[in-house]
Amino acid sequence: MKEIKVLWGWMRGHRLAMGVAMSATVVGIVFSSLIPLVNQAAIDFVIVHNPEAAGDFVSDFLLGIDGLRPQLLAAGILIVILTTLNALTSFIQGRFIAKSAEGFAKGLKDRIFDHIQKLPFMYHKRAETGDLIQRCTSDIETIRNFLTSQMVEMANCLFLFVVIFIFMLRQHVAYALVSVALLPFLLVFSLLFFNKVRAAFKISDESEAAMSTMLQENLSGVRVVRAYNNQEHEIEKFERFNQDFRNTSLKVSRISSVFWSSTDFLCFMQLTLIILFGAYLVMTGEVTLGVLQTFIVYGNMLVWPVRGLSNVLTELGKSTISVKRIQEVMDEEPEHLAEGLKQPIEGHIRFDGVGFHYPDESDGVVLEDVSFEVLKGQTVAIIGRTGSGKSTLMNILLRLYDYTHGAIQIDGMELKQISKKHLRKNIGVVMQELFLYTKTIGQNIKISRKDAKEQEVHEAATMAAVHHVIEDFEEGYDTMVGERGVTLSGGQKQRVGIARALMDKTPILIFDDSLSAVDSKTDSDIREALAKRSKDVTTFIISHRVSTVKEADLIVVLDKGRVVQKGTHESLIGEEGLYKAFWDIQDQKGGAQVG
Amino acid sequence: MAKQFAEEEFTKSDLKIWRQIFYYLRTSKRNLLLLFGSVVLLALLDTAWPQLVRIVIDDYVLAGNLDGLWEAFGMFFAFSAAFGFIVWAFIFLANLVKQEATYLIRKAGFKKLQELSFSYYDTSSVGWLMSRMTSDTNRIGDILSWGFVDFGWGILVMSLIGVVMVLMNWQLALLTIAIVPVMGLASFWFQTRILKQFRQVRKLNSRITGAFNEGITGAVTTKTLVTEADNLQEFSAFTADMMGASVQASVLSAVYFPLMMTLGSVGAALIIYNGGMQVSFGDLSFGELVMFLSYARFFFDPVMILARRLTQLQEAQASAERVISLLNTDPDIMDTPEVAAKYGAIGAYKKKNWEPLAGEIVLRDVGFKYKTGEEVMSGMDLEIPAGTSVAIVGPTGSGKSTLVNLICRFYEPTSGEILIDGVNYQERSQEWLHSQLGYVLQTPQLFSGSIRENIRYGALGASDGQVEAAAKIVGAHGFIMNFEGGYDSKIGENGAGLSTGQKQLISFARALIGDPKLLVLDEATSSIDIETESLLQQAIQALLKDRTSLIIAHRLSTIVGADLILYLKDGKIVEKGTHVELLSLKGEYHQLYTGQFEQSVIV
Repeated sequence: MKEIKVLWGWMRGHRLAMGVAMSATVVGIVFSSLIPLVNQAAIDFVIVHNPEAAGDFVSDFLLGIDGLRPQLLAAGILIVILTTLNALTSFIQGRFIAKSAEGFAKGLKDRIFDHIQKLPFMYHKRAETGDLIQRCTSDIETIRNFLTSQMVEMANCLFLFVVIFIFMLRQHVAYALVSVALLPFLLVFSLLFFNKVRAAFKISDESEAAMSTMLQENLSGVRVVRAYNNQEHEIEKFERFNQDFRNTSLKVSRISSVFWSSTDFLCFMQLTLIILFGAYLVMTGEVTLGVLQTFIVYGNMLVWPVRGLSNVLTELGKSTISVKRIQEVMDEEPEHLAEGLKQPIEGHIRFDGVGFHYPDESDGVVLEDVSFEVLKGQTVAIIGRTGSGKSTLMNILLRLYDYTHGAIQIDGMELKQISKKHLRKNIGVVMQELFLYTKTIGQNIKISRKDAKEQEVHEAATMAAVHHVIEDFEEGYDTMVGERGVTLSGGQKQRVGIARALMDKTPILIFDDSLSAVDSKTDSDIREALAKRSKDVTTFIISHRVSTVKEADLIVVLDKGRVVQKGTHESLIGEEGLYKAFWDIQDQKGGAQVG
Repeated sequence: MAKQFAEEEFTKSDLKIWRQIFYYLRTSKRNLLLLFGSVVLLALLDTAWPQLVRIVIDDYVLAGNLDGLWEAFGMFFAFSAAFGFIVWAFIFLANLVKQEATYLIRKAGFKKLQELSFSYYDTSSVGWLMSRMTSDTNRIGDILSWGFVDFGWGILVMSLIGVVMVLMNWQLALLTIAIVPVMGLASFWFQTRILKQFRQVRKLNSRITGAFNEGITGAVTTKTLVTEADNLQEFSAFTADMMGASVQASVLSAVYFPLMMTLGSVGAALIIYNGGMQVSFGDLSFGELVMFLSYARFFFDPVMILARRLTQLQEAQASAERVISLLNTDPDIMDTPEVAAKYGAIGAYKKKNWEPLAGEIVLRDVGFKYKTGEEVMSGMDLEIPAGTSVAIVGPTGSGKSTLVNLICRFYEPTSGEILIDGVNYQERSQEWLHSQLGYVLQTPQLFSGSIRENIRYGALGASDGQVEAAAKIVGAHGFIMNFEGGYDSKIGENGAGLSTGQKQLISFARALIGDPKLLVLDEATSSIDIETESLLQQAIQALLKDRTSLIIAHRLSTIVGADLILYLKDGKIVEKGTHVELLSLKGEYHQLYTGQFEQSVIV
């Protein structure tokens, strides 16, 4: 199967350990299968003194000792030695399986993590986070589990069968065949039945998930529930889910109790066959009492793992699905970050007839024929309605998307020739949907320059007008962000993001609607601080506020992916068009939003 | 948050907790009895099996009774059938007990959660409460059913086998049993450590899941900051920790099971040696020797199972304590017995006694402190005539939400009183007030289900016509009809599939449909495109008509249109009046108006 080949590929570096574990399994099975032979020899030769019974190397060894007491003592010691050896192989097996499987899981997790963070923006835009996380965690866990338990069980079952069956055949062919006669039925029956159990399990799992979802919605929506006084309604609703979960669980137990009881019956019937047919053979003189005892033990060693095999095989099915799901992610083409030119970037940028559409052309054109030029150190404002293509234009500049038409040149170099890593290192961005890592505020700010001095962090924060806010927190810059720490307001988050973007002192800066949650006073303070810091930084501003874009050297008005107006504030309010319309709305309404 | 850390502390046993848990077995008495019966039978059958083998060897084989084998077959067949039946019975019964108990605990827990006050939710996260209702309840159910089965079976089997062996041959019996305490102690030692190590692994694993989550949701940020290499290094440290802990856990198991095997083999060796001698002297029958050998092997199982259950008992006990603590929590806000008698309680409302609500609100010297002692409001006096729209503005932390929550009686004042229609609201029931309340949250909280169901949530008895009418008034009808399924379109958890503006409009319709006398609106701050924005403005005007309304306002047009504006600061009303009045004061409101409202436009 293809999945096994893929899995084998991922196992590189961990195959040897797996091989050691498997070899230990085989050796261990041989040891444990020898133990009943010692009992047998003890019974047949030592106790009953039946030298006519078929001899074996174990009995030869025991008979080589003089006297009953030493012979029995030797048999006892032999049992302990064999068990200890078996225990040792079992330890080796456990140890090496763990080494192999845990190492494999770590390697695969690291690889998929790195792979995912290098997958293109386009992929992330479409990906469902929950599903992707599931692939990285529970799917890998399913495979790891398969390697640590099911594969061992499967190997164990197989080797056990081979070794024991050989041992049995050596003793008595017909007896050996009768001793495994019911196993095929047991296997087929349990396989068929177990599928039913699993189907019922799935229904009850879904029912539990539905109950959890309802519970979770109720708890997180507690305010709504109370405000509308719908507690009774909710209690009734939960009652339905609760009952449904109970009923589907009982259905599982109804089916699985039949499964376990009928397979138990089959197992005991197989053992019965072994005992009674053996008894018959002993009485007709075909085999010895010791052989009967040995076969009973062998039977016990075999039937229970075979019954468990159905579970193992269904898990195998699950694992192949998991392998496939992970493979799908790994097959996606990642970005090649380092390839390309790495010349110093100054910040003179020219857009020349730039166009962009998504790979699926029916989604329509996002940008068309966008042309403008920004000199080093200039500030460009881009303004337009939601969906006019402003953010896409900036994503193209960052090579998060590659433009489909036209050309973009930075300092005369074609953008597509520049290494993505180098390019992004030279552009500071504050994204519209700002993301902070679960770290301290200080660590978040200096994330791209871990070696930065404390003073530099404070300077950047001061420029972003967030230094005092941070200092006011009990733990200052060491305050954790996110679930385990403070919840920052939208404006605070944006300002931390600005501070973070300023740390790298890049020649190009992009503010993608990143002052929307900051009041206009702070907004202008920040812009003033930025202007003071450096006259050489080429700056792009995307904003909802006319006041924010007003002072730009160049204002580009986008509508439906096209440049409809270009110019300075003064020139644009003089002409009829979208910009003037925005300006007018602002004038009469005086604003629609308060921080 | 504090509760999350308290979780691990519990160790000491407390019978009172279990007595309360046993209450949830009240409907399962008959099943428990049957379950106990089948466990006894199972233990008997397990003990009987080696006896059967002994009988075959001693009474048939050694006696040369070839024709009797059919008899023996009947015996074995009966045994196998009985065994199958008992297995069926105890699995089924144990699950029945488990499901019934967990069902009842969840039912009681959910009802309690519907009664508890907001202050409880302030200190307990949704995740924390979810685990009380799911994993903890499940663990309790397991120990009540399967734990009971395993304890009963383990103890019975060990005693039965012990008795049988002693009766047959006390010397061999003692040799076999001597190993048991050693096995038991070793098992307990290992199992405790294995469990602890696995808990550690689980903890590390959830950290990795968190890291994956962050890596995926922050992927674009990572790209723009070019921190891929650093991220991988950090992540790799997490997975290395996880690998180390897992390998350590597996080493414990890799030592434990072989050790048990070896200990068991010592027992078997002693039996071979001693028993073999006895057989040759004729003190022991052949079948008995074989039987002792299988008993010795069989002793493993109960010892290991009992040890595992004992370690799990500690966890189950911690679960039981947490669940009981939830069930024993009293709501902070409770109606007095007299009020409850008149107005009824959840499950038995006496709606005929509920007075209509006009909507006049009076606050007299109202103060509010958190349980921690932190004072957020004091000496507030306020009169709101029925039908007034009140806009509440002020900086973050000025007490805007507290004021609204107090008026809605989600919290009660710690001093002073609040009168609604001239009567202290504590003299009427909470549900009476809430049934006349419309409430719109800043971030609209919708439930999964259809759009229709979500709107109807505001008045469960509303007809389809009323649902549509409400949607039309707030201007949501248009976009709803644009969905393929119209009002029956399913929306995902928390309104997935709808834009923020659409969710807001639906939550407006939900508030409107009940025609509440008192409306609370926590206005959203997020910026929306201009078309939706004007829709929202119109919808708000429709909402406010003819009712007392309290708005935590962020939009200028809403504030300007209100009958009364309150400017709050540090838990006090510092300015109060209409827009024009407040502007002429040239105070805080004026500053806010000229400072922040100015020059902001949404494109």
